[in-house]
Amino acid sequence: MKAHLLEELALRAEAEGLLDVAYADVDSPLGTLLVASTPRGVVRLGFATEDHDEVLDELASRLSPRVLEAPARLDAVRRQLDEYFEGRLKRFTTKLDWTLTGQGFRHEVLKNTAAIPYGRTSTYMEMATKAGNRKAYRAAGNALGSNPIPVIVPCHRVLATGGGLGGYGGGLDVKERLLRLEGAMD
Amino acid sequence: MGLPPFQRFLDEHGSAVHGFLVASVGQHDADDCFQETFIAALRAYPRLTHDGNLRSWVLTIAHRKTIDAHRSRQRRPVPSETVPEIPIEAPNVLDGEPALWKLVDGLPPKQQAAVRHRFVDDLAYADIGRLLQCSEAAARRSVHEGVKKLRETWA
Repeated sequence: MKAHLLEELALRAEAEGLLDVAYADVDSPLGTLLVASTPRGVVRLGFATEDHDEVLDELASRLSPRVLEAPARLDAVRRQLDEYFEGRLKRFTTKLDWTLTGQGFRHEVLKNTAAIPYGRTSTYMEMATKAGNRKAYRAAGNALGSNPIPVIVPCHRVLATGGGLGGYGGGLDVKERLLRLEGAMD
Repeated sequence: MGLPPFQRFLDEHGSAVHGFLVASVGQHDADDCFQETFIAALRAYPRLTHDGNLRSWVLTIAHRKTIDAHRSRQRRPVPSETVPEIPIEAPNVLDGEPALWKLVDGLPPKQQAAVRHRFVDDLAYADIGRLLQCSEAAARRSVHEGVKKLRETWA
């Protein structure tokens, strides 16, 4: 099918307020990322290791089936990701949509994670304490493990309390790589 | 199983819909009808209760859009409409095979009209569609069905 037909359709869908979820592929040093955004902001970032069709299915069932490939809405976040991976961007300023993070403790943990500065790290225990339950460091780990917007919500900056790397949804090699990029790890 | 993401639905059925539109309204109007069809589909999409037959659903929308396109084309001035109404002599072809034209009289009204417009008036299918208030493809089908029946009985 002709590309201009699809582009025009995406633009019109946006103009008529019918584009509930826009997504685009974003090339990165970590492979092709899938980035999705609602009119409120970035709602999901999928690693290259995730099945992108499954991610889109999840967005269709949890948010809205009006899911369209529409790179125009993702221009700003794509630019920021490019700059981040080049080491030129220290803080994402793109708006976020927290719909997929759930409520309560999980949401608190992820919101606090978004505030950990570039190049710094925290621990699961510390994140649990900040979210109001010092003993819930495992739950904090789970919340971070299910972070729908990794990299932009920097869950890679949260490490195990004993000094180990802890876990990471995108794979520990990716976590290490991001920490090195930010100069938080040698 | 819920609805697939709209993009997947578009990827799966977009080409078929576009092909149908080119056949119905021609290359020139097909792209516009394509946008109208999929915007209408996107608008209604979340309200669909099952994903049983998405292709026939979107082709139904496309068909309605071709009717709209034909109507809006009808509203544009066409030179032929200014031709004064004077009696025209029946074309010679009618004299050629009176028995054949008797068979034409026996066809269902729409096929009858379509066949006459095609072979007597020498109209293009798009024009026949306009006159009969149907798509170009439907006009083509009516002529085709009519001729088929004539072939069967005219042996």
